[in-house]
Amino acid sequence: MNKTDVLIIGAGPTGLFCAHQLGIIGLSCEIVDNLDKAGGQCIELYPDKPIYDIPAIPECTGEELTNNLLKQIKPFNVKFHLNERVEQLKKTESRWHVKTSGVVEFDVAAIVIAGGVGSFEPRKFPVKECEKFEGNSLFYSIKDKSIFKDKTISIFGGGDSALDWAIELSNTSKVNLIHRRDGFSGAESSVQKVKELNDQGKLNLYTKYQMDSISGDKKINNIKIKHDEGEIKEIKSDYVLGFFGLIMQLGPILDWGLNIDKKTVQVNTENFETNIDGIFAIGDICSYPGKLKLILSGFHEGALAARGCFKYAKPDEKLRFEFTTTSKAAQERLGIKK
Amino acid sequence: MAKITYNTHDNKTHTIDVQNGLTVMEGAVQNDIPGIDADCGGGMACATCHVYVKEEWLDKLPAKEDGEEDMLDMAFEPKNNSRLSCQLIVSDELDGLEVNIPSTQN
Repeated sequence: MNKTDVLIIGAGPTGLFCAHQLGIIGLSCEIVDNLDKAGGQCIELYPDKPIYDIPAIPECTGEELTNNLLKQIKPFNVKFHLNERVEQLKKTESRWHVKTSGVVEFDVAAIVIAGGVGSFEPRKFPVKECEKFEGNSLFYSIKDKSIFKDKTISIFGGGDSALDWAIELSNTSKVNLIHRRDGFSGAESSVQKVKELNDQGKLNLYTKYQMDSISGDKKINNIKIKHDEGEIKEIKSDYVLGFFGLIMQLGPILDWGLNIDKKTVQVNTENFETNIDGIFAIGDICSYPGKLKLILSGFHEGALAARGCFKYAKPDEKLRFEFTTTSKAAQERLGIKK
Repeated sequence: MAKITYNTHDNKTHTIDVQNGLTVMEGAVQNDIPGIDADCGGGMACATCHVYVKEEWLDKLPAKEDGEEDMLDMAFEPKNNSRLSCQLIVSDELDGLEVNIPSTQN
């Protein structure tokens, strides 16, 4: 059981800065995120794209912003729980008991949901029967590549993951790479390599094809792929891999009794608390009149939500407003030596 | 101003006057037309505002930017007439445009 003042759900820029604000006012927190790294949409959707509207930072990339935020919260030694999704929530007296997908448990005074548009989940095949094979012979990510040795693998997708795995697995497996068009979004050098391997007969490339159907008893035997112009090909496959990127899903948050409208959680603008006492929502996931989905708005919301958490974490103490430039307490928390 | 027709997956047709300068995505979201999620808010970063454009309109629309085709790889059942509605900016020329919204954006 992890006991801390506040649990932040989501390690995007808004969640990270909220951790900073909690640290400044002397509250402890831990952060849970479904991705394997901090940064949220900034890291997952646009790590290399420049952002021009962070106050006082004329230009930075999503990755730079994330790294700077991590640096800014370093003094507070915030504990991260990555690859975890918050599943269950229970109120016990005045505190919250939270459980994640990997059964990490928390005992906290308040919760800040900074979950963006939801947790990132792999996009799946539209073909319904695929569900039956998921996790046994159909995968959206690879944990143990040794199972593919000497097997026939059909890989779908045109991005870096699809290309990189097609190239790597072609060394030890029979690989079919199937993509919906001639162009690829992955790195040009990988595209060239795949085409070379195809010419050498070390990999079969099928472009302008998409999954049509999948068959097998317990495991996959065959798949059918369909060309843009209607022609259908049947290929034997032991395994199928789909790399269509990630999609954001709100997930279990939907079941917590929060006021949710159009995938966003309604909050007040005084401290960004939801309809449930002790649960706050900030960043892209919250909505209120005038809401802007900007990172800078998320920072503001996090600063106020952090102060809103104070009365739950330290009910007998009074929070005094202070500036970091002059507050001895804040500077001590930041580890500044004078 | 342009009249845009959105055919939703429940076989309903919604014809809306959308102001010039808004996107076809915004026209749907602001008028509560179901089926367009637009998770990233119009940044061409998520492919959840995917629509199928009526064939006769395909050539009349502005060409896709590089990133749009890449994002469409991620969309649910992309076809040759697939577009991201956040990239279609409404103008008088789009008056009468008709799009079908897929059964899901996931």
